[in-house]
Amino acid sequence: MTKQQRKILIKIIIGAVLFAVGMVVTHLLTLPWWAELLIFLAVYLVPGFSVLEKAVRNIAHGQVFDENFLMTIASIAAFAIGQYPEAVEVILFYQVGELFEKIAVGRSRQAVSDLLDLCPDEATVLRDGKPETVLVDEVEVGEHILVRPGEKIPLDAAVFEGHTTIDTAALTGESMPVSAAEGDAVCSGCVNLSGAVELVVTKPASESTASKIMELVEESASSKAKTEQFITKFARYYTPCVVIAALILAVVPPLIAGQPFSGWIYRALTFLIISCPCALVISVPLSFFGGIGCASKNGVLVKGSNYLEALSHAQTVVMDKTGTLTEGKFHVTRQKAVEITPEEQLELAALAESASNHPIAQSLKEAYGKAIDTERVEDVQEIAGHGVSARVDGKQVLAGNAAYLEDAGLQPETPTEIGTAVHLAVNGVYAGYILIADTIKPDAAQAVQAFRQAGVSTVAMLTGDSESAAEAVGDTLQLDEVHAKCLPADKVQFMQAYRAKLAKGRTLVFVGDGMNDAPVLAQSDVGVAMGGLGSDAAIAAADLVILDDKPSKLGLAMHIAKKTMGIARENIVFALGVKAIVLVLGAVGLAHIGAAVFADVGVSVIAILNSTRAMRTKFK
Amino acid sequence: MKKVFKLNDLDCANCAAKMEAAIQKLDGVKSATISFMTQKLTLEADDADFDKVLKAAQKCISKVEPDCEIIIK
Repeated sequence: MTKQQRKILIKIIIGAVLFAVGMVVTHLLTLPWWAELLIFLAVYLVPGFSVLEKAVRNIAHGQVFDENFLMTIASIAAFAIGQYPEAVEVILFYQVGELFEKIAVGRSRQAVSDLLDLCPDEATVLRDGKPETVLVDEVEVGEHILVRPGEKIPLDAAVFEGHTTIDTAALTGESMPVSAAEGDAVCSGCVNLSGAVELVVTKPASESTASKIMELVEESASSKAKTEQFITKFARYYTPCVVIAALILAVVPPLIAGQPFSGWIYRALTFLIISCPCALVISVPLSFFGGIGCASKNGVLVKGSNYLEALSHAQTVVMDKTGTLTEGKFHVTRQKAVEITPEEQLELAALAESASNHPIAQSLKEAYGKAIDTERVEDVQEIAGHGVSARVDGKQVLAGNAAYLEDAGLQPETPTEIGTAVHLAVNGVYAGYILIADTIKPDAAQAVQAFRQAGVSTVAMLTGDSESAAEAVGDTLQLDEVHAKCLPADKVQFMQAYRAKLAKGRTLVFVGDGMNDAPVLAQSDVGVAMGGLGSDAAIAAADLVILDDKPSKLGLAMHIAKKTMGIARENIVFALGVKAIVLVLGAVGLAHIGAAVFADVGVSVIAILNSTRAMRTKFK
Repeated sequence: MKKVFKLNDLDCANCAAKMEAAIQKLDGVKSATISFMTQKLTLEADDADFDKVLKAAQKCISKVEPDCEIIIK
């Protein structure tokens, strides 16, 4: 509770006690009306003075329909018709509600900022060999900082000395720790788990990954969703309308029917109290803010609530293949050894290709996994686009594509699976092949399933790759449409076609790796970039950034978006519903002033509490 | 130029919406948003007029909430 809130609380308590005393006194004694008025007026001023003061000040500034003014009018009118206790009740309930509202909003704002509190404010810098604790802003690029186990890494840096494992969960939501050794880059916001390390700072605090992420999420509140804009606009008309209705209610029926004013003024009072739109205006943005906070907690940055809203209406998701649905890295997926053992085959291939920097050679060496002894390899000849011939341990080895071996007079087999085959021959005898392919990400199928659960009707893939490779991925993941051999211009055309097929109010989502995707992203309602951690380009280009490499995170984001929209809708329906009911009851004279105050501040508090649920969305 | 400012003592969500509407109508303002959640004002205006616009924006804010202040670093 802040100082201001504590002050209000004290006023409320004193006001409530005095009110109770006043009620007892006026009940026991028969006082003249002016004495009663004086007693309640005195009680009223304890919690009510600040409201009166604000109302007067705001009118002086030309702000008419503000809630302080409405409450003042309501309470003055109550005094005027002789309902003294009611006047005090109005202001007392109003202050209690306001207090609750402020505490609830403060709490949930705090909760979201805690979610985003990625970075420590201080770092331990080594200056002249001594550790010194300074603010992160004061650390310069190139300085050495010390991070102990259990501490958060304060700045983007590279490991200078020591090795450790780091937990990137705060940034990516990924719980598997990664290891970092000398020379490896580490991101601010990650937690150092196992060993003390000395780091060289590579970026100033203002440009560090963690501060960029925080900035982005904070700025996201400035791109407002349609629902938010609607509510703000609605509020602008709602209050004046209800106030005018209250005026009519107070004046017209008594004049026409000749009834006493007091009863109708009481009804008009309930209108005035209900006319404040705060519950709506606050709870809808709060829901979105919570949803965005929850998404970033899980490693998905959303650049505005409008994108969260658009994501919840996704009809078509178009995905890139390489690097998005697949690893984008080549691995040995299958070996068919002839005449020799698979171990021998892999060893010979890795050694023969050891001098090459080709990605295929790299993946062979990676699969072999042992240090390469270059002294075992002689006479290496590389024929670009075909293969390598080399002498390994005195044996003549050929490694290359089918055409290369056919030229040497051999008959290589044709593999049935997708991928690039490296055929081998040892001393002129065919020795089988090693198949190398890009693998589908383990969670890709789960991602596609999550999209469908979220109501996506078409999941499509665009790729520049060959048809056979594209179809293999498409079949495995059961995608609806696959377009292979796409040039960048083709991708834009396909996107336009998908856009034309969208139903009204539904959206088109594109997922890529954020590189060279700008024209395609421009065609989408929500552009998603994968693997954004450490890639400024991806963060800048996309509307939604998935910090790690997992396509299933988009499924999670959709789930969060749907839930957030649901909560926002609940709040709108609930707040308007309660207000409408109390307005009707008030008009026919059935609503007590307490009910009206509940319909104002009580509803606000409930709606605020409801909207904090958006923050706590769990991934099933 | 687009700049983000922190707002002190921004008290009510509806007031934030009112301030935002008023600032958007100011001369020289290209775009303005106030986020009640983050207590921040994002203001976009021409470089030459920026200080003038900022002052006018503070006036709009004070009209709605006298205690609310734009923090200028």
